[in-house]
Amino acid sequence: MATYSTNEFKGGLKIMLDGDPCSIIENEFVKPGKGQAFNRVKIRNLKTGRVIERTFKSGETVEAADVMETDMQYLYNDGEFWHFMHPDTYEQVAADANAVSDATKWLKEQDSCVVTLWNGTPISVTPPNFVILTVTETDPGVRGDTSGGGGKPATLETGAVVRVPLFIDVDEVIKVDTRTGEYVGRARD
Amino acid sequence: MWAVPGTEPGAQPDWCPGADLDVLRLRATLLARTRAYFAAQGVMEVDTPVLGRGATTEPAIESFNTAYRGPGSAASLPLYLQTSPEFFMKRLLAAGSGPIYQLAHVFRNAESGRRHNPEFMLLEWYRPGYDQHELMDEIEVLLAHVLQGSIDLPPARRIPYRQWFLDETGLDPWRDTPRAFRDFAAAHLASVPAAMPADQLDPWLYLLLTHWLEPRLGDGAVFVYDYPASQASLARVRPRPLPVAERFELYVNGIELANGFHELADAGEQARRFEQDNLARRNNGQTAMPADRLLLAALAHGMPDSAGVAIGFDRLVMLAAGATDIDAVLGFTLARC
Repeated sequence: MATYSTNEFKGGLKIMLDGDPCSIIENEFVKPGKGQAFNRVKIRNLKTGRVIERTFKSGETVEAADVMETDMQYLYNDGEFWHFMHPDTYEQVAADANAVSDATKWLKEQDSCVVTLWNGTPISVTPPNFVILTVTETDPGVRGDTSGGGGKPATLETGAVVRVPLFIDVDEVIKVDTRTGEYVGRARD
Repeated sequence: MWAVPGTEPGAQPDWCPGADLDVLRLRATLLARTRAYFAAQGVMEVDTPVLGRGATTEPAIESFNTAYRGPGSAASLPLYLQTSPEFFMKRLLAAGSGPIYQLAHVFRNAESGRRHNPEFMLLEWYRPGYDQHELMDEIEVLLAHVLQGSIDLPPARRIPYRQWFLDETGLDPWRDTPRAFRDFAAAHLASVPAAMPADQLDPWLYLLLTHWLEPRLGDGAVFVYDYPASQASLARVRPRPLPVAERFELYVNGIELANGFHELADAGEQARRFEQDNLARRNNGQTAMPADRLLLAALAHGMPDSAGVAIGFDRLVMLAAGATDIDAVLGFTLARC
């Protein structure tokens, strides 16, 4: 069983805590001049996404988590699982709704995502930072209104709803930032 | 290139210093003001060795070790990079130096982070005839002089360690059990380390100090004084009514800036502390360190009654520069060496 000492702690390190795989966000070394040293660590639980704070005595060891972040292509959803493929090995994995979570509303077939695998099983999916999607439903466009003020909701082909400027019409292709859920602009081919 | 855990190399090329040149100029100004202050006070600047045969025995401080081979030493002579200039400076006091100060590079292994670098600078000085409170008075005068134009520190509060714990936790480090402190930590801290010894008080005091009391200090300067005898280090212990170590710490804006003592001058007691420290080190699985025989000899000869203090000079520059990372005030931290 691989372990890490607190001396190896740094942002991005994957460790096991309370049976769940976690990723270190921030590691702070805390030590009184003449006293016990501690590592105060901010950690993200990779299954729940929740961020917690943990304190370790410096020198303690923790179990390493076998976590890999892999670029994979989204293939299709069979109703229960979302299927992804490694573009080089053609290996496929199936992620359940827990793992895909909020990413589902951005997933378009063929798009490349980051799939986080724990012991080979997907536990989370991160969509690309920007996605290009077609508007399937929105109020009729107001031509010439480029004021950018106001805006209106638009439903996209994946089901996501984003606010778009008034001039956007059904069937237009737009670029969206998945980290904020905000409209970026019309997609140019 | 490798990085020290917890540090990220910046965007600039590897060879560049961490500190802006403006900050290095500020650092130079603080150094010059420090020297001017002591020159005006008639305190002599001294310069003691970085390499010594003796080393600190403190269980929470690790020395770097090396060895000398060459003329005068057929066998390899173990040497230690000094973690503080205190042993040498006390030998100077015993030799009759009178008041002395030093801007000393010191070395502590296993310490690196936003407020730590394994090599750093201590401003350390000794005042024969002072007690801890008189030295605290002088620290305030010195800080006002050195930090002029950077920050204005309001007069420091002074609070005994015991009162500080009573105010913030309702617990008394002189009377309550480790279990009481453990229960408080479990109830109030976001997390308690798994590997804490249930039956020892000091680890729980350090956990609460760093995770509960220090973060609640807020802005301003605070002297905490009269420490538990188990944390006396090189301070003398006043036995009554409760045994307290005549030791103090200065916090500014919640950050530990200085540690001072009414200095232990009793050779026999000093020898016993070296032994106790080494016993604790062996129990922790650490190696015992060679106690400094020459310090013991100097104390046996007689050292004047003195108070002494060490200020983390890099942290002082951080304070003046408004920096939150030691890398911003040092030319080259370990990650850049």
